[in-house]
Amino acid sequence: MSEKTSSKASAFDRRAFMAGAAGSALMPMTARAATQDATPPAARDPSLPVEVTLRVNGKDKRLRIDARTTVLDALREHLKLTGSKKGCDHGQCGACTVLIDDRRVVSCLTLALAAEGQEITTIEGLATDDRLHPMQQAFIDNDAFQCGYCTPGQIMSAVACVKEGHAGSDADIREYMSGNICRCAAYPNIVAAVKQAAPEIMKG
Amino acid sequence: MRPFLYQKATDPGMAVQALGAAGNNPLTRATAQPLAGGTTLIDLMKLDVMRPAAIVDINPLAQGWSAIEPRDDSLRLGALAKMSDVAAHDGIQRNYPVIANSLKLAASAQLRNMATLGGNVMQRTRCSYFRDVSYENCNKRNPGSGCAAMDGVNRMHAVLGTSDHCIATYPGDFAQALIALDAMLEITGASGTRNMPFAELHKAPGNTPDIETTLRPGELISAFVIRGRWPRSVYLKARDRQSYEFALSSAAIALDVQDGTIRDARIALGGVATVPWRAREAEALLKGQKFDDGLAQRVADAAFAEARGRRHNGFKIALGRRVVARALQQAVTMEI
Repeated sequence: MSEKTSSKASAFDRRAFMAGAAGSALMPMTARAATQDATPPAARDPSLPVEVTLRVNGKDKRLRIDARTTVLDALREHLKLTGSKKGCDHGQCGACTVLIDDRRVVSCLTLALAAEGQEITTIEGLATDDRLHPMQQAFIDNDAFQCGYCTPGQIMSAVACVKEGHAGSDADIREYMSGNICRCAAYPNIVAAVKQAAPEIMKG
Repeated sequence: MRPFLYQKATDPGMAVQALGAAGNNPLTRATAQPLAGGTTLIDLMKLDVMRPAAIVDINPLAQGWSAIEPRDDSLRLGALAKMSDVAAHDGIQRNYPVIANSLKLAASAQLRNMATLGGNVMQRTRCSYFRDVSYENCNKRNPGSGCAAMDGVNRMHAVLGTSDHCIATYPGDFAQALIALDAMLEITGASGTRNMPFAELHKAPGNTPDIETTLRPGELISAFVIRGRWPRSVYLKARDRQSYEFALSSAAIALDVQDGTIRDARIALGGVATVPWRAREAEALLKGQKFDDGLAQRVADAAFAEARGRRHNGFKIALGRRVVARALQQAVTMEI
């Protein structure tokens, strides 16, 4: 048990480092000039980068990106928030699940440009200071992962599943968590984790 | 993914103007595409199946186009309402269970939070030969190139409404509920709005499988309207997995039963046809009758009388008949 705890602590350090690195992704002043561009969007060259401000985990992040960039790639490649995982990149596996305006979505099929002005919450934004979110703790307590690759998506999806009121029974949890695939098949433990965390989350 | 110009439409006029400006048919290959939930469009753009030069983000129209409005004698659903919100709506669950369940049994919770009703009915086929551009011969993608599915692994393909040019299955669930309930579409275009029966939206493949709908360039579905209430209605979906899978065979059934006699019956089939499929001959057998298992069997047989299986999908005919019979049983016995 103590081993498990210490490995989690080191994961925290890595996360803290990642969060720090994200600051450097803020756009330099020169990029702001592009917003002054009076050319209407329809007449612009699609090969030019576009400016977008994403609100991620409560902070505004200014980016200059290719219009094709998804929220997932913006998070991972531009903001260095690599908690959200790229599994299939086609909306089939759920590894990239984040909350947008408190609703779970797959970030790989969401264009960053379309998410402007909305509140994006990733796995990095779930804990409060040093205290894990009840769902994160429940995944540890119930050994609800093996390789861990799908886990950030599972946890984000599970938080929403509870808040939607879909964690009332094992059958409900299985149905409403079916958009998150776990290749290690930790499903029974994931169901147990969701059940454990649900009352605490509903309590607020 | 190929480069595109991204534009947000802040009002319907701007949206139809931006989409209509690129006005080339067919709509499936129009150079400007509307973006709603993006769950089909972005996926197919990543696969290089769809190659729009411009994206018109219509999500800012949601304020006016996403209302869920149950009234005494009708239901109006805004085209930008999210699948999850409609599925969870009390009034829909009570008076239109076929709609609520067709939405609830589709996709995953995440995708239902993203996908809109309008986008849902416009989703493209899941035919693996259509989705993989390494197959040269797909009449839907490359008109005149042939159909790889005909002699390919066509287990998931259609047995109704097929042609010698295309056997791709219409993949959706919600559309079966709409066609069963005689839904009307409200369509917004450059010259205002027009109404059209939902049953006239999709086109069977025939000689032109690349033309999938009757929408004109620049037109957008803005709402769905259903008259009456259908509390005695079910959506039954048979699939390879219990959750998060497209239908092998599904049935949308709505009945009006008075004193044990069936006064009105609606049957639509999913997973087995190239377009949302209404089984009118089968419905006719039910009207004025009292229900029993023999009748259910005759209705199920009639629903698949014209079905034509291929090498790997013949099982869908037997499966589909059972789905219809069981769905009828459920609709007759459900408590309302």
